[in-house]
Amino acid sequence: MIKIVELSKSFGENHVLQGVDLEIKEGESMVVIGGSGSGKSVLIKHIIGILRPDTGRIYVAGEDIAQVSEHELNQVRKKFGMLFQAAALFDSLSVWENVGFGLKQHTRLSNKEIREKAREKLAMVGLYDVEDLRPSELSGGMQKRVGLARAIAMEPQILLYDEPTTGLDPINADMINNLIIDMREKLNVTSVAITHDMVSAYKIADRIAMLYRGKILQIGAPSEIQATENPYVRQFIAGSAVGPITEDLEKELMERSAK
Amino acid sequence: MENKGQGTGYVSDFLELLGGWILNGIEEIGKVIMLFFNALVWTFQPPFFFKNTIKQMLEVGVHSIPVVLITATFTGMVLALQTHTGFQRFNAESLVGTVVALSMTRELGPVLTGLIVAGRAGSAMAAELGTMRVTEQIDALYTLATNPIKYLVVPRLIAGLVMLPIMTVLSDIVGIYGGLFVSVTILDANQTVYLRRTWDYLEYNDIYSGLLKAAVFGLIISLIGCYKGFYTQGGAEGVGKATTGSVVISSMLILISDYFMTAILF
Repeated sequence: MIKIVELSKSFGENHVLQGVDLEIKEGESMVVIGGSGSGKSVLIKHIIGILRPDTGRIYVAGEDIAQVSEHELNQVRKKFGMLFQAAALFDSLSVWENVGFGLKQHTRLSNKEIREKAREKLAMVGLYDVEDLRPSELSGGMQKRVGLARAIAMEPQILLYDEPTTGLDPINADMINNLIIDMREKLNVTSVAITHDMVSAYKIADRIAMLYRGKILQIGAPSEIQATENPYVRQFIAGSAVGPITEDLEKELMERSAK
Repeated sequence: MENKGQGTGYVSDFLELLGGWILNGIEEIGKVIMLFFNALVWTFQPPFFFKNTIKQMLEVGVHSIPVVLITATFTGMVLALQTHTGFQRFNAESLVGTVVALSMTRELGPVLTGLIVAGRAGSAMAAELGTMRVTEQIDALYTLATNPIKYLVVPRLIAGLVMLPIMTVLSDIVGIYGGLFVSVTILDANQTVYLRRTWDYLEYNDIYSGLLKAAVFGLIISLIGCYKGFYTQGGAEGVGKATTGSVVISSMLILISDYFMTAILF
């Protein structure tokens, strides 16, 4: 469904992605794990074409989206739904207008029909009677649910999740995890999530890929990742302050202060 | 020797800094122009966001009207007072109306309206788009297959372009009547003479040139406001910087372009 080949991206001197290869099969749930600054947000933004690669290819359903025009990219994006880290709801619009935004732009449905659809999608994520509220009137967990309802409103084939559980309490985080699993079962979507929450990763992933310093270190089923031999991956999944990742970081800080 | 070495060090540091500024400046100008042409292309491609455009027209125009009217009235009034003081010295008081009318339509109407709208609506554009950028709402638009330049920037550019001339007409009128009011009530001028002097010497060219300037200023305000907001980086602090920057840059551009338009075109 999605195939990323040799993807590189730099922002000035900062080489964020340095040749990422990743393949995500149809119907699969892929979770990309990695620390802050590992490039995982940049990676997910490439998959949906918000960022353009310096070099490399990104195939979505066989089409190389690194090569297409902005106009064609808009068509490709209709295959996607994305849940943002802080939900990124439009604060000038009400909840139902947020959920129905894509429908309003890309279909000829009347406002009444859009509202009805929005209600339906909100029910799917477990929200009722919030249509006329403003996003700012909702709690963080509810905002994420509305964001998810907005992402699924156009019935996408691929769902992207940017740190879906970050900033939520453990109970709300687990409810979001359940919803992600739910979406996959009910809607039969391919999903890609980026996270540093290992509880969430084990729960929702078919396969996990670890991104470190712009490269994929290891890809495997959750059980394989848990039994990893790679010291970097082991440190990350254990959430330990001692290990090669910390050593690399300290070395880099030393070099920087030496300059 | 050591001193000399240090000296060239300072010079090269300075040149490096200067070069950096110039490069940054050129890069920014390029980005503004790209944004403008991007918006221009999207302007003529359906779907059209009429509702957004109307909303922005209200924001730029209607909501700025009270402050624009007050400013223009008092400018017209003070202009009458000052010109009267000067013209009295060579018995030309009867020309006060002409000077007020020419100054308002050619210069002060468009410029003051531009500066006020830059402070009021241009800053709001930068703040709103900047917040949308740092909270990823602009990225969210992309994911919903909606081009943010089309959805956010185009309506604002149209609103600036259309509303500034309209507001300039209003400020011309109230400015002239502000001058009339002061002349008649305080300076003992004759109302009929004042108005006749105003209309006799005022040419259509004066009004058109002012309105053309206003349209350019409207475009500058919206373009800079959108540019600053659209490319905001770095959270709340970034939004603050974008907002301030939009007001400073568009105010300067208004005054600079005003000079060149006057010198070249009229």
